Amino acid sequence: SLIQQAGCLCVYLFFKNGISNGTLYKKTFIEHFEQAPMYVAVLTFLGFGVGTIFGYLRDFMRAWGLEKRNVATEREQQKDFVPLYQDFENFYTRNLYMRIRDNWNRPICSVPGPQFDLMERVTDDYNWTFRFTGRTIKNVINMGSYNYLGFAETDVNALKTVTIELQKYGTGICSTRQEMGTLDKHVELEKLVAKFLGVEDAMVFGMGFATNSMNIPALVGKGCLILSDELNHTSLVLGARLSGATIRIFKHNNMQSLEKLLRDAIIYGQPRSHRAWRKIIILVEGIYSMEGSIVRLPEIVSLKKKYKAYLYLDEAHSIGAVGATGRGVVEYFGMSPDDVDVLMGTFTKSFGAAGGYIAGKKDLVDFLRTHSHSAVYATSMCPPVAEQIIRAMKCLMGQDGTTQGKVRQLGKNTRYFRRRLHEMGFIIYGNDDSPVVPLLLYMPGKIGAFARRMLEKNIGVVVVGFPATPITESRARFCVSAAHTREMLDTVSTADVLLKLTSDAKEVGRSCVSVTLNLNNSFLHLFF
Amino acid sequence: WESFLPSQVLVQPVQLICLYAPAYHLILEGILILWIIRLLFSKTYKLQERSDLTPKEKEELIEEWQPEPLVPPVPKDHPALNYNVVSGPPTHIITVNGKECINFASFNFLGLLDNEKVKSAAQASLKKYGVGTCGPRGFYGTFDVHLELEERLAKFMRTEEAIIYSYGFATIASAIPAYSKRGDIVFVDEAACFAIQKGLQASRSNIKLFKHNDMADLERLLKEQETEDQKNPRKARVTRRFIVVEGLYMNTGDVCPLPELIKLKYKYKVRIFLEESLSFGVLGEHGRGITEHFGINIDDIDLISANMENSLASIGGFCCGRSFIIDHQRLSGQGYCFSASLPPLLAAAAIEALNIMEDNPDIFQTLRAKCERIHELLQGISGLKVVGESFSPALHLQLEESCGSRENDVKLLKRVVDYCMNSGIALTQARYLEKEEKCLPPPSIRVVVTVEQTEQELDKAASLLKEAAQSVLN
Repeated sequence: SLIQQAGCLCVYLFFKNGISNGTLYKKTFIEHFEQAPMYVAVLTFLGFGVGTIFGYLRDFMRAWGLEKRNVATEREQQKDFVPLYQDFENFYTRNLYMRIRDNWNRPICSVPGPQFDLMERVTDDYNWTFRFTGRTIKNVINMGSYNYLGFAETDVNALKTVTIELQKYGTGICSTRQEMGTLDKHVELEKLVAKFLGVEDAMVFGMGFATNSMNIPALVGKGCLILSDELNHTSLVLGARLSGATIRIFKHNNMQSLEKLLRDAIIYGQPRSHRAWRKIIILVEGIYSMEGSIVRLPEIVSLKKKYKAYLYLDEAHSIGAVGATGRGVVEYFGMSPDDVDVLMGTFTKSFGAAGGYIAGKKDLVDFLRTHSHSAVYATSMCPPVAEQIIRAMKCLMGQDGTTQGKVRQLGKNTRYFRRRLHEMGFIIYGNDDSPVVPLLLYMPGKIGAFARRMLEKNIGVVVVGFPATPITESRARFCVSAAHTREMLDTVSTADVLLKLTSDAKEVGRSCVSVTLNLNNSFLHLFF
Repeated sequence: WESFLPSQVLVQPVQLICLYAPAYHLILEGILILWIIRLLFSKTYKLQERSDLTPKEKEELIEEWQPEPLVPPVPKDHPALNYNVVSGPPTHIITVNGKECINFASFNFLGLLDNEKVKSAAQASLKKYGVGTCGPRGFYGTFDVHLELEERLAKFMRTEEAIIYSYGFATIASAIPAYSKRGDIVFVDEAACFAIQKGLQASRSNIKLFKHNDMADLERLLKEQETEDQKNPRKARVTRRFIVVEGLYMNTGDVCPLPELIKLKYKYKVRIFLEESLSFGVLGEHGRGITEHFGINIDDIDLISANMENSLASIGGFCCGRSFIIDHQRLSGQGYCFSASLPPLLAAAAIEALNIMEDNPDIFQTLRAKCERIHELLQGISGLKVVGESFSPALHLQLEESCGSRENDVKLLKRVVDYCMNSGIALTQARYLEKEEKCLPPPSIRVVVTVEQTEQELDKAASLLKEAAQSVLN
């Protein structure tokens, strides 16, 4: 059956992402995207269908006054204005999301380390309003925060320099980079980032999301072509839209699709006028946070060199988390940072701070210093946060005397956790080396049930459903951290709720139990 | 049963037809059938002619194509490349490029940047929470500090609810597209800041610009829209309309005529979005902004958006208003849902700053007095004119007569700024992206007033500017 499984895996890998060019990779590239059996898809649609029917029923009851309306309403004086929201737009929010709303926006009251404290929150009216009981749930295992290297800590020694800088600089800047907002701290940080990544120069920005949405429009404009991966983050999509360039989407991590688009673009030029494109830029991410897959960088770089396109790599999740010394996917594949034209990343995930950077050749960074929207109109990064990044980077580079343990520990934890879940027969997506582990749940009823039961067992997980993921592929997403101990990972993977509630492709018997349980949950919740 | 066999069913009627139909009819039918068969089997004809290129030609095209360089070269003497580097905190006395000056360039209106209480609140938060939040609001990135800050802001502004963003620019740029979609209409002032322009661009709505602070122009546009609506009432019933204005304009330093806007709002049924980045913590008796300044009921404004980077000396922004409006952003504000939340130490600093604002309402009076003083002192400088209201803490000094080209104007103003910097007053020119702005303001020097500046310092700044203008412009 192992051979069968391996065979299935290869077949699905083949079909999902096209034939991979194995010669460009220095080590084996294994990604899993197992398909669920047909009955699971059918039951998922059934679950959503039942939810929708009940949604219509409840809307009907609310419209005719048979049921109390819990939503906030428009002012009396403005009742004859054009309605701000279409009823239909909010159907999903009102009827499906509202039932399981307690699994998101959970407030915490401690540092988001490997364990945290949650504020206990109850609802008296089925999630329309919440109230805090005043108690805290202590030492919940944190599988949801992006704390890959464990830099979210409150150890006094570790934060010594941050404390000093906070006392010296305060918290605000009150100016933009080009006016009076460039501090010596920013210059120091930019030099360090450039050294860390092995490039000529770098520029830092105050917010990771804004780094994408404000710099892509500065780099490309009308008459340019953007080739963007199907599953790119909202910030990349927004930046691409704001730029005014033409956007074409290629299938996720599929090199055939990308090559075809490149060839068609160069051969046929712009639509209708057939003029040549001014430039072509490929937008990809290092690790995709919903799939856990790693970008096929060697193949993309060879394509980009062949067709003279430019590559913009968003390493939000991968910087610090993959690669032997935490330099990101470029190091993971053993390539040189000169191969990527624009290296972008954020400091929120692996460095436990906030903000983003763009690094590359000096010409690129000089251009961004003069033409980036963020440099002219938005406040610069605040100094204590900059100091946190500096100390985290120095630790990763081994400059402060401590050894390189964190990245290795993260790698070990990732491999261990994935292997455990895989041995138990769960459907996990993504690359073996990615610390983002999506575990497929499929059915809508399980989304709420899984998160609630795990919280009862003192484990905090993140669940995602439609519209962040395709409608049949709801999932729970675990983020492994270097700060997790082996005991914590064992607790999470053997939580018996996992055994009862998640779909299991191998044993039909187990699945039947899970299916029945799921239907029970759905029916129970539908009446509230 | 036998008469229902397929052969019988088909053959008999055909035989009947052939017997009774006239000959020309049969021939016509036959030709039509043959034509249909030919059409079915002929090659499809595409309207868009794609020239059939041979593979060799395709390879040649791929070889020949040369893209533009990724970025155009930037001249080495571009003003933005020779930026000011501040050593140490940008407080009242600031060290720019190695020289100590009095700070007239940072938007630190209430002087809270180096306030000890604010710093100690931030330190306490650092000890408890660390630096970053490691997640967006939906996935364990909501801390009790964020909830507390939102409550405090809502209470301070006397609205039902407030929502926090982790970056000032992203606040209004995410709020507008959350409500206004393709097909909706937005009336916006010409002098709106860049963040508003980006928010409007992201929303893909119809944008109608009206002349700066010109209510007659706005009314004309609204009337035109009304006549359009009468032509198509069904579409008008679902088209949302908004007016976006700023409380205190960053580009011109004056206020919007809010009472007239409220009248227009109810007359033409348009919603108002107010951007209060500069007026929050400045205008009004208690610093509540332009609604307090004009004495208007805050529920009349649909959405107030402000950033915490000016008066509150922190980072981030917030929107406040009724729950009906604000709650929507928790699922559709892109900068809220898809971005990490505000670091807790910055939220704690903002809470402490709010405490200080509530406990000392007389700082607003002090600030206003200083603004009036400098406004008066700067009048009568030959060659430079003051642009902005007398109570606005962020003024512009523009050239009375332009030299001809924008580049030369900028160079001239730079010489004035350098003169002042060398004598101990830190000033900066207002920076814009020339190609991206819809209505580019003329080049100017930004003068920022804070409560920490003493009267002597204000006098010194004014006299230095007079001297600089004399020596450079005359």
